[in-house]
Amino acid sequence: MKNDDKGLFGVRGTGDTSGFGGLVRSRPLAAVVPTPPPYGGYFDEVVETLTDLVDPESVHAVVVDRGELTIHVDRDHIAQVCRAMRDDEGLRFELCNSVSGVDYPDQEARFHVVYQLTSMTYRRTVRLEVSVSLADPHVPSVTEVYPTADWQERETYDMFGVVFDGHPNLTRILMPDDWEGYPQRKDYPLGGIPVEYKNDAEIAPPDERRAYK
Amino acid sequence: MSAETTHETTTHEDAYAQSRDTTEGKVFTVTGGDWDTVVGGHDPISDERLVVNMGPQHPSTHGVLRLVVEMEGETVRELRPVVGYLHTGIEKNTEFRTWTQGTTFVTRADYLAPIFNETAYCLAVEKLLGVEVPERATVIRVIMMELNRIASHLVGLATTGMELGALSMMIYGFRDREYILDIFELASGLRMNMAYVRPGGLAQDLPDEAITKIREFLAYMPGCLKDYDRLLTGNAIWQDRTQGVAYLDVSGCLALGVTGPVLRAAGLPWDLRKTMPYCGYETYDFEVPTHTGADAWGRYLCRLEEMRQSLRIVEQALDRLEPGPTMVEDKKIAWPAQLSVGGDGMGNSLSHVRRIMGQSMESLIHHFKLVTEGFRVPAGQVYVPIEAPRGELGVHLVSDGGTRPYRMHMREPSFINLQAVPAVAEGGLLADVIVGGASLDPVMGGCDR
Repeated sequence: MKNDDKGLFGVRGTGDTSGFGGLVRSRPLAAVVPTPPPYGGYFDEVVETLTDLVDPESVHAVVVDRGELTIHVDRDHIAQVCRAMRDDEGLRFELCNSVSGVDYPDQEARFHVVYQLTSMTYRRTVRLEVSVSLADPHVPSVTEVYPTADWQERETYDMFGVVFDGHPNLTRILMPDDWEGYPQRKDYPLGGIPVEYKNDAEIAPPDERRAYK
Repeated sequence: MSAETTHETTTHEDAYAQSRDTTEGKVFTVTGGDWDTVVGGHDPISDERLVVNMGPQHPSTHGVLRLVVEMEGETVRELRPVVGYLHTGIEKNTEFRTWTQGTTFVTRADYLAPIFNETAYCLAVEKLLGVEVPERATVIRVIMMELNRIASHLVGLATTGMELGALSMMIYGFRDREYILDIFELASGLRMNMAYVRPGGLAQDLPDEAITKIREFLAYMPGCLKDYDRLLTGNAIWQDRTQGVAYLDVSGCLALGVTGPVLRAAGLPWDLRKTMPYCGYETYDFEVPTHTGADAWGRYLCRLEEMRQSLRIVEQALDRLEPGPTMVEDKKIAWPAQLSVGGDGMGNSLSHVRRIMGQSMESLIHHFKLVTEGFRVPAGQVYVPIEAPRGELGVHLVSDGGTRPYRMHMREPSFINLQAVPAVAEGGLLADVIVGGASLDPVMGGCDR
């Protein structure tokens, strides 16, 4: 977390007021740490089948953590990888459960788009992850492969500003259409938004109504 | 009008209104010719499309949902759902609170299924922590989840009834849901948004009165389900309004990511409690109801049967409830307070306050730090899906090793399922939009988060 984050109730920095677990916070999210093969379980089979099908450059890293498989995919190949994941008989990931974003400001490619896939045929799950930088936040849309990604890509665009190329209607979905900024980015503060009413009346944002200091 | 008079005065050789004799009498077929011109002359905008805005404040849209409908006569040509009116930034807020405080936020997402939100979130935190919750806590979670499923389906049934004009169903549904909310109040002190499930276990144990009340409910509810069945299933109006309406088959469901009763009513028995079990569901004896209609009628029948199956699970869970702890042993995670009901509601028990304030400085420090700062969770990310009343509820949780979630995303079934509204409603009648929306049973608090 960035140290200049400003939060509700005047929380600054990490919010660690007591040093319960030591004052220095590690930055374990600064880079992706790949897991060496073999990965165990069905993970090896999934990774092998996938790498046989697609461009070898499309898989950047494979991470196995807490019994979950994460495949870091090159952003230009994500639609191709998703199509292979859905259509191949050995993979058959029919259902795209979730598409969402995570912001890691310490990384060069700070925006990660996370796709959760489920194979109903084999009862397997896998997570695909794509990362893009702030300067070039473009990811090919997977709506053609998984139509369910439509609203979820819109939400990710709305919250992180990641642009999904080829999306049929990439507009804000949860925030108002004329909203400025992308609320889920780590450098976007919590609070500070006044409550608006008719006739230009407004109530101060919650973090400015009272002083807690 | 002039055309009509012409037809009355002409003989049977009329080119515009031919007649033939049948057993029912003489039948006129009035087609062809310049009829379109005649009608068009009277009503030049007869084939024009009309854009109708429904909601966000509309009694039949199942919450603050806005539907922009393009109508051609009574037929829906295009439909666009507009969501976001209830966006409260729950995901962002949890990033600024401790892991334990997160439960009080997620419980407010899908407000009709709070226990599911809490359980999915807590299972994710526990997976990140690598802790196993005590058996009793898991069994109580199952009991609460299944009761919550019944409560949620009851509201779904009640509001669908209301939207279709079956107001008595609304009254019965809310009446019986109140019974379950009373049980929740006995167990947690709150009717809704209880934050009862906590990372590591539960806020507190289930009191004996609650167990008695659940047993009473198990005896009471089957009769009610029979009543709903008698009230609706054989009802000709209910059948006409739901059968063959809002059709969405399995491939449509999969493409749009629709899960839960909607998918099962299309014939695919995909229920995460069976297919990817969690909380020990594989040890319970229950069935996954399916239907092949893929319509609003099938969804209604599936939900009704799911309530019966939930009652079975609750009964089995009550039987295997053994005394024991309801929170993990680890004092660095377990909430330090000992809650009890006091004169002014729920709070720390006097004996606990006396102990930390008067006898043990270390306990006080420990209590203070754990409550204000919270525990740390090892870095990593997990995705935990569970079967909520509306479908798959998944929590994607990322930790950076700190005392607060780094990122929490809820894969909300209401949000995903609402994408299917155009698919089920376009080409149908306006009245069936209501049925289609209601049969997906979206909860906007969950959809918008």
